[in-house]
Amino acid sequence: MANERMLMKGNEALAEAAVRAGCKCYFGYPITPQTEIAAYMSKRMPKCGGVFLQAESEIAAINMVYGAAATGVRAMTSSSSPGISLKSEGISYAAGCDLPCVVVNVQRGGPGLGGIQPAQSDYYLATKAGGHGDFYIPVYAPCSVQEMADYAVKAFDMADKFRTPVMILSDGLLGQMMEPVVFPEITDNEPEKDWACTGHGNKRRHNIINSLYLKPEELEESNRERFKKYEIEKAELPEVETYLTEDAEIVVTGYGASARIVRSAVNAARAEGIKAGMIRPITLWPFPEKAYAETVETAKAYLVVELSMGQMVDDVRLATSCKRPVRFFGRTGGVIHTPAEILAQIKLIAKEELK
Amino acid sequence: MAIYQKPHALEDISMHFCPGCTHGIVHRLVCEVIDEMGIEGDTIGICPVGCSVVSYDYFACDMIEAAHGRAPAVATGVKRSRPDKFVFTYQGDGDLAAIGTCETVHAATRGENITIIFINNTIYGMTGGQMAPTTLPGQVTQTTPFGRDPKVAGYPVMVCEMLSQLTGTAYAERVSVDSPAHINAAKKAIRKGFEVQKNKQGFSIIEVLSTCPTNWGMTPQESMERVRTEMIPYYPLGVYKDITAENK
Amino acid sequence: MTSEIQLAGFGGQGILFAGKVLAYCGMLADREVSWLPCYGPEMRGGTCNCSVCLSDEPIGSPVVNDPDLLIAMNEPSYTKFIGAVKAGGYAFIDSTLVDSANARDDIHEFRVPATRLADENELKGGANIILIGKLIKETGVISMDDIEAAIRKIVPAKKAQLIENNLRAIKLGYDYTE
Repeated sequence: MANERMLMKGNEALAEAAVRAGCKCYFGYPITPQTEIAAYMSKRMPKCGGVFLQAESEIAAINMVYGAAATGVRAMTSSSSPGISLKSEGISYAAGCDLPCVVVNVQRGGPGLGGIQPAQSDYYLATKAGGHGDFYIPVYAPCSVQEMADYAVKAFDMADKFRTPVMILSDGLLGQMMEPVVFPEITDNEPEKDWACTGHGNKRRHNIINSLYLKPEELEESNRERFKKYEIEKAELPEVETYLTEDAEIVVTGYGASARIVRSAVNAARAEGIKAGMIRPITLWPFPEKAYAETVETAKAYLVVELSMGQMVDDVRLATSCKRPVRFFGRTGGVIHTPAEILAQIKLIAKEELK
Repeated sequence: MAIYQKPHALEDISMHFCPGCTHGIVHRLVCEVIDEMGIEGDTIGICPVGCSVVSYDYFACDMIEAAHGRAPAVATGVKRSRPDKFVFTYQGDGDLAAIGTCETVHAATRGENITIIFINNTIYGMTGGQMAPTTLPGQVTQTTPFGRDPKVAGYPVMVCEMLSQLTGTAYAERVSVDSPAHINAAKKAIRKGFEVQKNKQGFSIIEVLSTCPTNWGMTPQESMERVRTEMIPYYPLGVYKDITAENK
Repeated sequence: MTSEIQLAGFGGQGILFAGKVLAYCGMLADREVSWLPCYGPEMRGGTCNCSVCLSDEPIGSPVVNDPDLLIAMNEPSYTKFIGAVKAGGYAFIDSTLVDSANARDDIHEFRVPATRLADENELKGGANIILIGKLIKETGVISMDDIEAAIRKIVPAKKAQLIENNLRAIKLGYDYTE
């Protein structure tokens, strides 16, 4: 079954890829539209010697991940938007302890209980406000079932490489849809973890996993050290897909599910003779600023498309240094934009900005 | 001839606990049990948020600091990923019976094979003496300045009584450390908890009635007296659940 | 070429399964495919629909707004989706459960009493597949070989009887004439 194309839901493909990547512990709590991940793990984990446990709450689930990660095993939890709010505490602690783990957010509409249909309104939560304190975590935004699998593997590798929680920011559309997927070859990228709490076996001093620093100077030093690591992450991690941007006058940009629809709209615009292109960030943090900077001299305008009231648009304005007009088009609450709606926006920009 | 000395599992550094506080005694008892069972190298401890927040520096085994109330969930993650290790949490009353009640109850009902050392001193110590879930009716604290009024603030949580109702709980005992006899009994209870874990029999909890002279506004001697005259009558000592006895 | 397919009916009529069969056919023919269900309360017995795209190009939006092909298995679904079918497109209607007269003269509408045929032939729950049989006959979007392979792939081997039933249902729909 190594290279066979399989028809799977995004949620299931992500779960299977996580297992193949060496995820040994999964802790989760049911919430639509990500529950397939927990259901899949409950069947799969016992067959491969792994742990599946349905936690009593989202908070307990992330703290179980924290405990398992502290012992050095690959661990994961998944949820959807309201559940991620609850996990914020644990994500902050894991970041503060430099614990590698993977957190999946299959987004739905908000705020509050919101709805259960696809949304992208947790961009800020993922990239800027993952929890209290001074920290960031890498965020991957897959846009297909194949990428749900590919970036599940990558998330574990990067979590271990940089000793950090990593988030996969997906949405209900990608989680629920089926597409063919070919599972990636797994290379063993799991490093030795001499910092882990595995019992010292009377062979070394005790290891301590901790984020408490009662002396302000020590906490400042710890934060500064972590931010040095972020500089390396910013240099190594950014990933982006560009599509027809070389001669694009209008650069349309979106991530995840939005990017799929943007691609259709860009094709439609080209068919009508409008020079449109697409930038699709794959890492949302670190944000692939370079791809925007590289287009800013040739592009005349940008259009940011999100399933939200506009969150990533801030980062696009920063990445383009506000040198060009950056417009926004979004649907929210679980409503998904159509290619025709986006095409209409592109045409509007063509009329107003390309004189 | 045995010479009384510091347990190996206890680090040789001065503790930050207040004079007359019984945290130090309980730390010592846990470490004596770890030494006697020869399990320091196979033990992973979880610290709470509260007065014992920096106990990761005191215990010589591998240690993990948990978020407030989450120690039983963290311990679950540790035990499930390393089922051959001994895992204990060391938690206060606010941590275990207020903000972490959910984690505590569910770890117990799952029969999670861990041992919880639960310090009940009827007050929040670290934050300066506010009402705890275990604060006695009438007890004056910073947030119950007129005494805890059950009509307003409810009643104390009886942790051993509550958890002993759950099938997953294998062992639950309430002990005190106000006298040499009680200290010896407390050590036996802690040993029992670790033995239950060793035999993979499920969840064990040892509730230790403790003092907080600083926030009670008492001398150490007065504090010990309060444990005897006010706490033990409200929180009766004894074994609340012991499946090893039931199986005999 | 891209075929955008909308399937709709009541929960329990096998809408999602029928969509999965079509997606599998596309995959077995080495095409790009996507399958997107409605999810949520609708799944618990209300109206249910799913979108399937079969394409030779990478698929952008998996949401089908204007289907080339519609399978409608109840009155509310017919009313809701018939107007969205692209001009020149196809609609396959379960006429046992849909009474409305043809609403469009710019599309090809085929009415098959699929639920009645399924009942008469002891193929309970097979109306969805009967309609796919008719779709294959009239559109050629997928081949008989691929549909048979897809059904054998999806239905577990230990339920061999279900494989035979589904293949019979395909043939019933394929051979049906009004």
